[in-house]
Amino acid sequence: MKNKEILLGPLSKNNPVIVQVLGICSALAVTSKLEPSIVMAISVIAVVALANVVISLLRNTIPNSIRIIVQLVVVAALVIIVDQVLKAFAYDVSKQLSVFVGLIITNCIVMGRLEAFALSHRPWESFLDGIGNGIGYGLILVIVGFFRELLGSGTLLGFQIIPEICYEWGYQNNGLMILPPMALIVVACIIWVHRSHNKDLQEK
Amino acid sequence: MNKQGNTYTILYASVMVIIVAALLAIVSVSLKPMQQANIEIDKKKQILTSVNLQPTTQNAVELYAKYIVDSYVVDANAARVEGADAFTVDVAAQVKKDAAERQLPVFVAQLDNGDIKYILPIYGAGLWGPIWGYIAVDADGNTIYGSYFAHQGETPGLGAEIENSAFQSQFVGKHLFVEGEMKPVAVMKVGQKPLNGAEYVDAVSGGTITSKGVQDMIENSLLPYNAFLTSIEK
Repeated sequence: MKNKEILLGPLSKNNPVIVQVLGICSALAVTSKLEPSIVMAISVIAVVALANVVISLLRNTIPNSIRIIVQLVVVAALVIIVDQVLKAFAYDVSKQLSVFVGLIITNCIVMGRLEAFALSHRPWESFLDGIGNGIGYGLILVIVGFFRELLGSGTLLGFQIIPEICYEWGYQNNGLMILPPMALIVVACIIWVHRSHNKDLQEK
Repeated sequence: MNKQGNTYTILYASVMVIIVAALLAIVSVSLKPMQQANIEIDKKKQILTSVNLQPTTQNAVELYAKYIVDSYVVDANAARVEGADAFTVDVAAQVKKDAAERQLPVFVAQLDNGDIKYILPIYGAGLWGPIWGYIAVDADGNTIYGSYFAHQGETPGLGAEIENSAFQSQFVGKHLFVEGEMKPVAVMKVGQKPLNGAEYVDAVSGGTITSKGVQDMIENSLLPYNAFLTSIEK
């Protein structure tokens, strides 16, 4: 595989969320507003990329019988370090993210990439794969967060977008958009649009 | 050495655990002072926000020194507790005790126009985790001048709305005493009224349990201040 393909593949044709259907749980949890979606996306990019590199460096030493545990320890350690560093240098961001940083450990994309890619590839390719998958995940998160905040609260990043006049004419924010089920439906809509553009992904 | 053998596996796991533990310990210890400083700055910011100032992370320490002219700890009988520092009192631990045993911190702010405000910390539980805040009371010990609420992990767009100024500004001008009796402000769904005649604000729609948490927090945290607030009432 070419490096470019490793980096860009996960953005569309091999997207972790809408094609592999991984990481759906956190996509539901953090996307009711745009801002946490963006910060979560950045954190996941950092953790997947770093974890991929570490596991790739260790790949020839890891005993097969405990490889999942080794991966978990590496991911957990990285997440704790990210959390501690955020608390020390970007306290406001860390307050914003609160429990979500810890939840990165449970993101199946992280473990999925370690198991499927980093264990069998060199560090540089693994790094690109981590970045690519992180961005592919973040992209969907941001799109979902955009629609949920816009339609659910009428704001984007906390600023009022839907003009006051619409409310006076009887427009109402859709409270359902803020609840987790709508994230599933928005993700499903993205998958629909994506598949109708990429005929080769459609199942027979 | 056989890389799939038991000896290698056990050794590998042990070494890995020791390395990771050491690494995390180093990170934690070396970043602790910075984190502690951030927590203190953040607390000062919260206290200042409750008197409707807009501190930033950069000027919070300076503004705190300028506006917070006094701070002390009282007990439920409004007597000063000697030797206790209001800033370091752990409000989370205090609210679990009986009202009579609590240490009650009071921060006194003097605004630009010379007005004195008393800032009282509050602490309680929301839906997913702790919620806390500060209530600033006028010198009459009755009228609320400003409020600040924060949360750890309430649902964004629902319970988390308590940290928005739209919710917090509702408290301004409400009274803690109704006909001489202390009845802290209630948080009610639109259309409902508290049975005890207390003044009330509208709850966050979709954030019922968080709103209930805010009401319980205000009631539980402020009632022990009854004697103190009565004593400053002129």
